[in-house]
Amino acid sequence: MSENKRRSGIDLVPHNKALGIETVELERGTALLKLPYDPKLIGNPDTGTLHGGAITALLDASCGTAVFAALTEWAPIATLDLRIDYLRAADPGKDVMCRARCYKLTRNVAFTRAFAYHDSEDDPIASAVGTFMLHTKPGGAK
Amino acid sequence: MSIRDVLEAAKRAGDCRAMLDAVPYTKFLGLDAEVADGQLVTTMRYAPHLIGNPALPALHGGTLGALLESAAIFELLWRSETIVLPKTITFTVDYLRSGAARDTHASANITRQGRRVANVRVEAWQVDRAAPVATANAIFLVMRD
Repeated sequence: MSENKRRSGIDLVPHNKALGIETVELERGTALLKLPYDPKLIGNPDTGTLHGGAITALLDASCGTAVFAALTEWAPIATLDLRIDYLRAADPGKDVMCRARCYKLTRNVAFTRAFAYHDSEDDPIASAVGTFMLHTKPGGAK
Repeated sequence: MSIRDVLEAAKRAGDCRAMLDAVPYTKFLGLDAEVADGQLVTTMRYAPHLIGNPALPALHGGTLGALLESAAIFELLWRSETIVLPKTITFTVDYLRSGAARDTHASANITRQGRRVANVRVEAWQVDRAAPVATANAIFLVMRD
């Protein structure tokens, strides 16, 4: 699968588009995504910080993208579970970056890790561990 | 008015919907809330921008996560006596079924309310409450700033 096809597939997901999520970098098994700051995604109107839900969606999208980037052939996937640690509040007005890695791919399950941050990966906002079921059937059967 | 004032006014008036309207992101997700049989139920109204997989179609996992997290926060705000904005520490979602292109409901139970930390379990369902689409376990910091 070409990188362009992977990239456009991710950017065309309706909810990713609605959030403004962009794919910045794709390499084998890793993905770097960006969530641009947007007032409609604010969780605390007093401080202007983004809602945790928007960060959750970014982490989920990044982990899923890393799985697609690890697969040699496209296959439908479904998130099995996602654990998020919120390390600190996001800074108001700043875009959020997220780097995800699919560190293990088995026949049925993909294992991923991701970090969300602003400027430096050494100062993360949130981290996530996600597992994905591979080759899911239409209708959601796992 | 600060967010805390808005939330306190909403609580005094018994208006859980006013609580949601104070947060821009809940509008983006299309969240609504009502109290039925003494239980707070948060609903994410279906809209095309919530889709993650257009082929099925299925809701984006992030929207279900956000619904569950919001429902847990609303439950804490609704039940606690003084308004403290809960800060999420960890949040774990189990995705059980794919979310169809329809309204999704969520309801939370506070399993432990401590002085600093609250543990909350949340469930999301669509048509049949006995067949949840996703469940979550959330831990919040609930200390005053």
